[in-house]
Amino acid sequence: MEIQQLQENLSEHFTDKIISCIIDKDHVVLTANVDNLYAIFLELKSELKYNFQMFMDLTAVDWLDRQPRFDLVYHLYSVELNHRLRIKIPLIEGQAVSSVSGLWSIADWMEREIWDLYGIKFSGHPNLKRILMYDEFKGHPLRKDFAYDQRQPLIQDAWPSRPFQVNVKGLKIHRPGNDV
Amino acid sequence: MSEKNSKREVFLPAANHMALAMGPSHPATHGIVRFNLILEGERIIESTTDIGYLHRGFEKMVERSTWNQAIIYTDRLNYVSSMINNVGYCLAVEKLLDIEVPTRGVYLRTIMSELSRVADHMTCVAAQVMEAGAMSAFLYCMKAREWLWEIVEMVCGARVTTNWTRIGGLMADVTPDFNDAIRERIPRLREVIDELDKLITKNRIFYDRFRDVGSMTKEEAIDYGFTGPCLRATGVPFDVRRDTPYLNYDEFDFEIPIGTQGDVYDRYLMRMFEMEQSLRIIEQALDKLPEGPVCVDDKNITLPDKPSVYGSIEGLMNQFKLIMDDHGIKPPPGEIYQAVEGANGELGFYIISTGGDMPYKCRCRPPCFPMTAAMDKMITGQLISDIVPIFGSINMIGGELDR
Repeated sequence: MEIQQLQENLSEHFTDKIISCIIDKDHVVLTANVDNLYAIFLELKSELKYNFQMFMDLTAVDWLDRQPRFDLVYHLYSVELNHRLRIKIPLIEGQAVSSVSGLWSIADWMEREIWDLYGIKFSGHPNLKRILMYDEFKGHPLRKDFAYDQRQPLIQDAWPSRPFQVNVKGLKIHRPGNDV
Repeated sequence: MSEKNSKREVFLPAANHMALAMGPSHPATHGIVRFNLILEGERIIESTTDIGYLHRGFEKMVERSTWNQAIIYTDRLNYVSSMINNVGYCLAVEKLLDIEVPTRGVYLRTIMSELSRVADHMTCVAAQVMEAGAMSAFLYCMKAREWLWEIVEMVCGARVTTNWTRIGGLMADVTPDFNDAIRERIPRLREVIDELDKLITKNRIFYDRFRDVGSMTKEEAIDYGFTGPCLRATGVPFDVRRDTPYLNYDEFDFEIPIGTQGDVYDRYLMRMFEMEQSLRIIEQALDKLPEGPVCVDDKNITLPDKPSVYGSIEGLMNQFKLIMDDHGIKPPPGEIYQAVEGANGELGFYIISTGGDMPYKCRCRPPCFPMTAAMDKMITGQLISDIVPIFGSINMIGGELDR
């Protein structure tokens, strides 16, 4: 399916469910509200016209000073029809998202990774726990307010390292009253 | 203390069941990953895979580096075929910048990507058969991989951590003997692949060991997001090089092998066939390799050559302007998802620029992540000795799995 046609079809099909549907550098980008997420994914997967059987990627973006703070970014792919789709879900901090691990098995691990690194909760996920970091880890390292040099050693350092200061450009790292 | 201990407790469904933690550092798992198994005799009745032992915060590091500095981190994703990672990242940034690399640069990127793919497949097959007992086949492969890494060394000076591409082109043009060096090695590589084929493919021991082990159907593989040789082994002809062409793959004639059963044996066969196809692409690309520059001629993107840096004030100024903080390459605000066919499957880079000199976000879609996620499914119900060939066949690379 041609990319323009996919965009037209999608914006027609989901008129009342989505915020926008545009073309951005050979990708159709669909922005939707978090409440409609599961319904949209269910249709995208089951509707033969779209047939997005493959859950390619899931990631999140922390915009820190923007409201809503996060963007969830899904990438879907259709093997049969060879087209790709990006879905963006804006999200306020602390808001739970419905898990799509029932639709695609791989979403299980991918959502765990997002929970681990960004602290976004997925409701209905069978096993939402850390995947890359260890269980005892505090905070969510890919949030922009998580200082990159914040060490959490599992074993106390015998030789405590000298505190060092690094100037991080353009980023406000420590925000008072927001200890994750 | 008690809370910590309770996390380690394992629920055993029956008295004759045994819990076994395999890994994270196990001689048969050539990567750091742990399987928490529940066994009934030798049969696995439940498994939980633990990853993250090699997590080093790839995304966090990239968010703090300039656009060109981030290339060095991509080397460490899949360290056997690091040039494919370099190329993937640079293609994504170039799309953001909306620039086109000169034809020679594109051809060289294709050739080196394919060479890396051969090296990667060779390593995977070698490790896979070695773990099943074929030490000599492993040594033949390592010998052949050495020839490939000699070329990599010739091109960029390093063997594993290549850091070869730059945004807008390459680190440097290749040496004049590049073409001959590859052409001279291709027949030798074919010989080794043939030798390997004779040793393994129709060998009863390996056939019995690999056949019907770790099978996945088409639907299951797609459901788990498999890409690359593991997906093609199930019979789905998906290859990023053909379906979403990048570089100049649409100019070459190559075939996409597909399997039928999606088991360990088919994955082995896919890798064997793909090595031959990669060699074909390299030959065609060498035939057509044009002359000319390898980098875009844009002073805002490409570093000036060293004689002009040391010899002229303009060159020196140009170098400073590209290297200093808050200067350098600044792609316009926007986002991009660029997929390339890594040796394990689709390697995607999702990059966001806010117009600064550092990426706001750089997500890497690791190709072996889905395969490792499916390990639990593949090994449940199999014997404990089956873990070794199955794990070898998915070619888990810790660097890109844990990032």
